[in-house]
Amino acid sequence: MSESSKPIVSIEEVGFFFGEKEIYANVSIEIPLRGISVIMGPSGCGKSTLLNMICGRLRPSSGNIKVFGQHVPNLNEHDLFRLRRRMGMMFQSNALLTDLSVFENVAFPLRENTDLPEELIRNLVLMKLEQVGMRGTQALMPSELSGGMSRRVALARATVMDPELLLYDEPFTGLDPVSLGVITKLVRELTDALNTTSIVVTHDVEEGLSIADYVYLLGDGVLLASGTPKELLASSQPEVRQFLHGLPDGPVPFHYPAKDYRGDLLER
Amino acid sequence: MNASFLTNWIRLIGSTSLGVVERLGYAVIFLLRCIVRFPKLIMRPSIIVQQLYSVGVLTVVITIVAGAFVGMVLGFQGYYTLVDFGAESSLGLVVALSLTRELGPVLSALLYTGRAGSALTAEIGLMKTTEQLAALEMMAVNPIQRVIAPRLLAGIITVPLLCAMFTFVGILGGYFIGVVQLGVDSGVYWSTINDGVDLYQDVVNGMIKSVVFGVIVTWIAVFEGYDSYPSAEGISSATTRTVVSGSLAILGVDYILTALMFRF
Repeated sequence: MSESSKPIVSIEEVGFFFGEKEIYANVSIEIPLRGISVIMGPSGCGKSTLLNMICGRLRPSSGNIKVFGQHVPNLNEHDLFRLRRRMGMMFQSNALLTDLSVFENVAFPLRENTDLPEELIRNLVLMKLEQVGMRGTQALMPSELSGGMSRRVALARATVMDPELLLYDEPFTGLDPVSLGVITKLVRELTDALNTTSIVVTHDVEEGLSIADYVYLLGDGVLLASGTPKELLASSQPEVRQFLHGLPDGPVPFHYPAKDYRGDLLER
Repeated sequence: MNASFLTNWIRLIGSTSLGVVERLGYAVIFLLRCIVRFPKLIMRPSIIVQQLYSVGVLTVVITIVAGAFVGMVLGFQGYYTLVDFGAESSLGLVVALSLTRELGPVLSALLYTGRAGSALTAEIGLMKTTEQLAALEMMAVNPIQRVIAPRLLAGIITVPLLCAMFTFVGILGGYFIGVVQLGVDSGVYWSTINDGVDLYQDVVNGMIKSVVFGVIVTWIAVFEGYDSYPSAEGISSATTRTVVSGSLAILGVDYILTALMFRF
């Protein structure tokens, strides 16, 4: 296997239970080195759970997850933190530290994990903020930013350590059309500029497919389909068609499971 | 029917008891995880200073105001009780002993619980809800080290200092009422305090109580925040639990400490 085709993340026959509920049964995914891999699926199918297992915040109930060749569920706290220094993550809620300014938020990973001199930290932070067009907000507090601006600052913070693996949890959710376009463009540009691997978890079909190099479609606790966006769009699989075209009824039923309708109405 | 009702009750008591013991065990492990982080915090005093400001300095005003009023009430109550026995000259001692032994440690800790304890729980709970704690973990920063332990340490340092302020201002409040308003001799007021208040038996024991309250209340506050369910309702419940459990813990532990300190 050549270096470029080697998987950076291997999810091997992973099962996961949330309480009594089974979220995954035997899911296997290999994320290739470099490029953007988009994991899609309906809300509540466990996409974010998968992301949390990749970064070691959750342990799978069965199976294994390898990141950079390391078995994530077996790592102790020290090794897990060393692994995470090679990753960056952008959260759905942006997760900016509310008591720190924009500048300090972006500088935070550098201050905590490196001994770089203040001058260099300043230059790095300004460069990252410039990349996302937010250099002018460096003195503002997170509460003074709009949703789209916060997300761009969160993106700058996620990339400030030049990570080898970038994780995005629902980066397109809750944005106005302009911010949506900006974030979509930035995810693509930053992945190419940093020559890194990005894993995007989303249920937004249009944006997801527009930036994806590879797509993985999850549903019903299994991997329904995978391939390039073109391959998935050409798929005749009913589950894939229903999700990608937003059909209200199909293999995923419109109705939540319930007892007989007539019986329910007549019941006293 | 009765047997099944009884079985259900026994089952409920059993599961509730197990739940309480399990949560208490988790809380103790959480406290130990915080305490082992204290030595590393010394390397970064700026984080502790920041927290001392949040939990301590911002609680000073209500502590001083409350201390002054409590001292003035003690002045009135003490004077009108003692004057019937011609013992109003002992007013200073009554005020000072009440404050150093009991009212200072207990009331300052209760005020701290309401002002800073609830704020700590809400702040940490909100950080959890908005994924800030998760973001710290993803930036290879331990939230216990960076967020929880500094707040716990700041709380432990703050409460005895607030207690000292409360007691001092309370004695001045008693002086204002007893001496300035009601005519007790100033020299007698201070000399009875000087003669009657024992450094170890009264002042040091009061301070020990205060340190213990500081540990317990801040522990409850940070634990409830960290363990809260990440939703608006979860934070609200956690904040309420901090104030209720913290206040009851102060009163309960005060009884135990008083019994230990003044009986033996």
